[in-house]
Amino acid sequence: MVQYITTRIDTSFAALSDATRRGVLEQLGRADASITELADKFHMTLTGMKKHVGVLEQAGLVTTKKIGRVRRCELGPRRLDEATAWLESYRERWDARFDELESVVSELTRKEKSDDRRKRK
Amino acid sequence: MTAGSESESVPVKNRTTVERTSDREVVVTRTINGPARMVFEAFTRAELFRRWWVPKSMGMTLLSCELDARVGGQYRLVFDFAPEPMAFFGTYVDVTPHSRLAWTNDEGGEGGSVTTVTFEEESGKTVVVVTETYPSKEALDAAGTGAADAMFETFDQLDELLVVLRESAAK
Repeated sequence: MVQYITTRIDTSFAALSDATRRGVLEQLGRADASITELADKFHMTLTGMKKHVGVLEQAGLVTTKKIGRVRRCELGPRRLDEATAWLESYRERWDARFDELESVVSELTRKEKSDDRRKRK
Repeated sequence: MTAGSESESVPVKNRTTVERTSDREVVVTRTINGPARMVFEAFTRAELFRRWWVPKSMGMTLLSCELDARVGGQYRLVFDFAPEPMAFFGTYVDVTPHSRLAWTNDEGGEGGSVTTVTFEEESGKTVVVVTETYPSKEALDAAGTGAADAMFETFDQLDELLVVLRESAAK
């Protein structure tokens, strides 16, 4: 189990450690593309691009499927819920913020109450 | 009500909702237990603002925070970031005490978003509505759903894996 997880971590880090592969992810974030299109875009040989896509695919960041003679690449399954995931991470950030705000405001309220009491004395 | 119950009762946690209201606008809504003037103060006074704007879960350290909450006034937040500190800054375009606040986000150059916050008090509680308006759909998409996010998600995943790894190593 530990061996398996270590391998997964290594695979993901390796996948992201290369500028071309990060570029490919960015590109696929905009639109699906074939390996040929990606190779053109990044001025690479088809073989070179196949290798990069293979690394990304192993890390689960990209999936590919063959349609006719063309291999189409798209972002991995985690990206299907992209919009929902984005809104949720946005919401979580604000939620954490507002929780902190709430405690600041309640402290101010308590402080004001005790100041009022002191004044009335 | 019995004496002391007010300070001892644990209030139900208020919900934060997020809605993408248009191609270039996101709206966040949350009720805060407290009067609008205090919530407004917590938004506009630097020493209060810095205590909540960057919750621990964001994993960032605020090095400095300057707010000049007047129309035309500037704000500047500096975060500890590698390889060098990162600044967020802009100008207040609307400061209406206790009810409305708006500022520009200029750190990204042209095409930054405008943040508008309204405060509406209802029986001692304040409904806070934050609207972030981007100049275009592309700008909003770039702000949130680009490949950078995919990478952060991946790193989150790696974090989770590291936890599991540590746990199983400890056994």
